[in-house]
Amino acid sequence: MTEYSLSHLKELEAEAIHIIREVAAEFENPVMLYSIGKDSSVMVRLAEKAFFPGKVPFPLMHIDSKWKFKEMVEFRDNYARENNWNLIVHYNKAAFEAGVGPFTHGSKVHTDVMKTQALLEGLSKYKFDAAFGGARRDEEKSRAKERIFSFRDKFHQWDPKNQRPELWDIYNARVHKGESIRVFPISNWTELDIWQYIRLEKIPIVPLYFAKERPIVNVDGNLIMVDDDRMPKEMADKAEMKMVRFRTLGCYPLTGAVESEADTIEKIVEEMMTVTVSERTTRVIDFDQDGSMEQKKREGYF
Amino acid sequence: MNNDNQKNTAKLPPIGGIEGGQKNKSDFLDINAYLNQDENKDLLRLLTAGSVDDGKSTLIGRLLFDSKKIYEDQLSALERDSKRVGHAGEEIDYALLLDGLKAEREQGITIDVAYRYFSTNKRKFIIADTPGHTQYTRNMVTGASTANLAIILIDATKGVITQTRRHTFLVSLLGIKHVVLAVNKMDLVNYDQKVFDEICAEYKAFITQLDVPDVNFIPIAALKGENVVEPTTLMPWYHGKSMLEFLESVHISSDRNFDDMRFPVQYVLRPDLDFRGFSARVASGIIRKGEEIMVLPSRKRSRIKEIITYDGNLDEAFPPQSVTITLEDEIDISRGDMIVYPDNLPRIERHFESMLVWMDEKPMDPSVQFFIKHANNTTRVRIDKIQYRIDVNSLQKSSVDHFELNEIGRVVLTTNKAIFFDPYKKNRSTGSFILIDPMTNNTVAVGMIIDKLNAEDLPSRIVDEKTLEATKALIHKGECLITDTQRQKRYNQQGTTLWITGLHGSGKNELAFTLEKELFDQGATVVLLDGSSIRSGLSNELDFSPADRTEHLRRVAHISKILNDQGIITICSFISPDESIRRQVVQIIGENRFKLIHMDASLDFCKKNKPELYEKFEQSLIENLPGADLHFTIPENPTLMLKPENRAQNTRIIMEYLADSKIFPIV
Repeated sequence: MTEYSLSHLKELEAEAIHIIREVAAEFENPVMLYSIGKDSSVMVRLAEKAFFPGKVPFPLMHIDSKWKFKEMVEFRDNYARENNWNLIVHYNKAAFEAGVGPFTHGSKVHTDVMKTQALLEGLSKYKFDAAFGGARRDEEKSRAKERIFSFRDKFHQWDPKNQRPELWDIYNARVHKGESIRVFPISNWTELDIWQYIRLEKIPIVPLYFAKERPIVNVDGNLIMVDDDRMPKEMADKAEMKMVRFRTLGCYPLTGAVESEADTIEKIVEEMMTVTVSERTTRVIDFDQDGSMEQKKREGYF
Repeated sequence: MNNDNQKNTAKLPPIGGIEGGQKNKSDFLDINAYLNQDENKDLLRLLTAGSVDDGKSTLIGRLLFDSKKIYEDQLSALERDSKRVGHAGEEIDYALLLDGLKAEREQGITIDVAYRYFSTNKRKFIIADTPGHTQYTRNMVTGASTANLAIILIDATKGVITQTRRHTFLVSLLGIKHVVLAVNKMDLVNYDQKVFDEICAEYKAFITQLDVPDVNFIPIAALKGENVVEPTTLMPWYHGKSMLEFLESVHISSDRNFDDMRFPVQYVLRPDLDFRGFSARVASGIIRKGEEIMVLPSRKRSRIKEIITYDGNLDEAFPPQSVTITLEDEIDISRGDMIVYPDNLPRIERHFESMLVWMDEKPMDPSVQFFIKHANNTTRVRIDKIQYRIDVNSLQKSSVDHFELNEIGRVVLTTNKAIFFDPYKKNRSTGSFILIDPMTNNTVAVGMIIDKLNAEDLPSRIVDEKTLEATKALIHKGECLITDTQRQKRYNQQGTTLWITGLHGSGKNELAFTLEKELFDQGATVVLLDGSSIRSGLSNELDFSPADRTEHLRRVAHISKILNDQGIITICSFISPDESIRRQVVQIIGENRFKLIHMDASLDFCKKNKPELYEKFEQSLIENLPGADLHFTIPENPTLMLKPENRAQNTRIIMEYLADSKIFPIV
């Protein structure tokens, strides 16, 4: 065997770094969307690697729905400060002041207004022409066919029927004014790759990923954590302490926990490999309507 | 935030030192062993070609599902053996696991490439799953572009069919080095060796015409799981590996080109004034610290000082690593330049031949100047000639004047500036490119470079420095017996170029001819060069694209230089729209005898003066019109700036200038 071969993770890393540099070279005003989740954490590390020993030449932007877990926001602020990131936090101010939230307006309206609209608002406000996202093709079937450089029209919409061919590692970065590209540098990573990379690179992640006793309410089979006093009292009263962890992170009222004892990365991986349910099924928002992820993506959501 | 906690959890905990009881402890050790092994697995990207009827989805489903089961089994502590309920009797529809494409088909959505992921204890796999019909050729080409290996499925009851040939051709076109012919549905032919052997013989006869170095044959029955994951028991005559065993063991790491070092600069890293790094993925070859390198196109030389990564500096880097290098010397390098070893250069050419796959719904319009993106370089490109179109089913060649969606053929291309390439066969990274439509920005075609054109086939030749030097060595400069002073005395003038620039219709030619007459009448020895005289002969193969315009003016400049050397005054009337062209001309002729005269006419004046030309442009009958769709840069420091409105005085102004500067002193 020749010595000149890379492990799959090193190969995926090299591919992601190439993609991230390509965006920095080809676009005037890129941004990296930062969701505080584990995939985002990996993506940010890859960006740091891409421009080492320099600094990452574009900002990170977090779209704050104002309903994220407290621990997420805390993690974000500390981590950004410690690592000296250029972090933009954007939220839909008008809707927030009008009191939009999942308990009062339902998950569909909340997601649309506080996430999708807020994202589009943020992208337009700063006139970003390229935005990195941490989506992976193994997550969901509509993502299995999405390009790494995914074209968005003036209205930030994705047209799955009309995608640009993407061959080798040559990416078409040409857009007209007002149009943009969403870029997914970790498209080819699987959930296991992400955990393995976090483990090897010692990348800090939000503690919510690890099992711990937390106050939990069972809402139609979804294990929802009581994170603050905005949860209706009659709901919060039913809370009981459960050993749980979160497989994905989002708005706390819309993100179900799983019962788990896994308090280390190794145990998480072990649990993951023996559980056949895919990771997004713990997201309440996916059940709103058929093919809902593809629908949301067409509308501009990641 | 308790970062320390996080870091601790990422470390491997001490054996037995974690909470969670006895049962979990042993599990934990196994998972660690698993992860440590997983860390070192390599990656195989494969393409599956065939239709659902051939059992493609069933095969992929088997690989995905059964391999998942296998790695679960690996975790001995998990005791999931109960899951191994035999599937011998019941027949699960594995195709259902892959509902993606199926759903798309029902909804009438574009059937596209879908990527699927699985791993075994030996390797990770990415499957590019593409549909098989002719109308999905572009999808298959896309999937094949990144694949190391292709599985071509054949239905044992049908044998080698048109589709098999088409898939094999595309696989060889995209340079996949390993092909596995999976002869499926062996159960329907009673696992008969004769059927298998006949199919293999027929396929071998076909594939030898194509360029695939490694061809393998595996009989399977995907529906029954026979010879897919576990070795066959029902085909004792078959002594090879099962499909999965083969995929796990096929040797791919030497497929890359480690011989020809190419480092196409992707990004210039300048965090501060003291640091200047050049980032890229190593396209091919091994880049080594301390080695002497050459930068293209400048041909400047230096040495590699450092190879930098976040995880520490390296002594050498190889494809497909993404690294940053620094050099011993300060050399101006930008994105798209290529760093190579001086004794191993790529082709540096503007003209080359390529196989081209048309990917766009809109048919090819060969009059469009596309963008070409190649090795981190983007420039304009023109399709000069279509050599032939090849029918993907019959491999018959035919001559056509354009390509439609999914059509493939051999073309001649000319780029605006030279690109640095290798034939695709030798080097996938520096031999591949995409074409982008300048209006829609769509990726309309993709290409695999064959090689540069033979010299005699060149539409126009721009001599590169290497050939130029070689030629110079052969040519001995003769010794002229006439001195410059003698010429000046004879002609009573100094050989000078009067270069008139300006838009179409600015009155350049009118001025040129009036001036020629005036100089002639006064006794000067003068030659007039203009577009019509040069283009009718010397430049008759060139068009009005920026690339050809440059070449045209290069020729004009050399004629003018020769005439000036002989003491003759030349009047050159050419639009010469931008500074870089004019600079090139000045370099050839020589700064002190080049006089630039700018006919400073407004576009409105020119339109009035030459209405038919500008009307044709409005009607899109012509393109590349300076001042309209092609930028015209007003010269910064012309010797003389004239207005066409002052027609009567312009000749006099020039004559006075020539007298004052003693170029042609009127006696």
